[in-house]
Amino acid sequence: MIEFILDLIILVFLLVVAVTVIRLRDLFAVVMLFGIYSFLSATFFVLLDAVDVAFTEAAVGAGVATMLMLATLALTERREKRPTHTPLIPLMVVLATGALLVYGTTDMPAFGSAAAPVHTHVAPHYLYESPKEIGIPNVVTAVLASYRGFDTLGEVVVVFTAGVGVLTLLGFSRRERDESENS
Amino acid sequence: MLIAALLAVMVTMGLAIVRAVLGPSVYDRILAANVFGTKTVLIIAMLAFLFGRMDVLDIAITYALINFISVIAVLRFIEYGDMAAAEVEPLEATDERH
Repeated sequence: MIEFILDLIILVFLLVVAVTVIRLRDLFAVVMLFGIYSFLSATFFVLLDAVDVAFTEAAVGAGVATMLMLATLALTERREKRPTHTPLIPLMVVLATGALLVYGTTDMPAFGSAAAPVHTHVAPHYLYESPKEIGIPNVVTAVLASYRGFDTLGEVVVVFTAGVGVLTLLGFSRRERDESENS
Repeated sequence: MLIAALLAVMVTMGLAIVRAVLGPSVYDRILAANVFGTKTVLIIAMLAFLFGRMDVLDIAITYALINFISVIAVLRFIEYGDMAAAEVEPLEATDERH
């Protein structure tokens, strides 16, 4: 019961923050509200017992993303321009897509159901065999680092490339300029 | 008792959101986001005790660290208008009334 009430409160907060983000034109305030939104969704993930997802959401959403967006604001403008088109058609598209997605959830197995395909496919193998096959007590780590090792390597390469790109855009040129000024 | 505390912290979260939404100045919003982060830490710590899962407490500690670092980054941005260089003109920070 208390979980239901907390879920309800957090979802209402999320809705309020999201609508405010859309309506505000001051992008700095929007970045602050994004931070709040990220903390809210991380709390929601903890309530759903997805602790590792909450961890990532807090580190990326509230930490890194806020700083990246502030750095972007420093390079661009702080106020959003008024939209030149009416938002009616995009609103219709979003509502239709949302309705389709909600309709699609009716075919999904019930939340937490033990008979759901995700619990009957390879998950039992991971849970029962990974201590013997891999030798790591944490199942999530065993799956990420061993069973899906190549997949994780690909992700790391993508993240590394993105990080190098962002650093090139933000930092390196300034440092070179400083050095040329000093010399 | 724990539930009453959870709901009380939820109320303060709501108040922080109201301040972040209304503004009006930049510092109101920074403070609101900071207060909200602190309340999130409290909520997660109380959830850990409510569900008896003490490993969740680690997440609360991470949140506290991230919240602290974010606020410093944001304040640097306000002070210098940039994340790295100190010689850039500061932004005007007070008149944000809509």
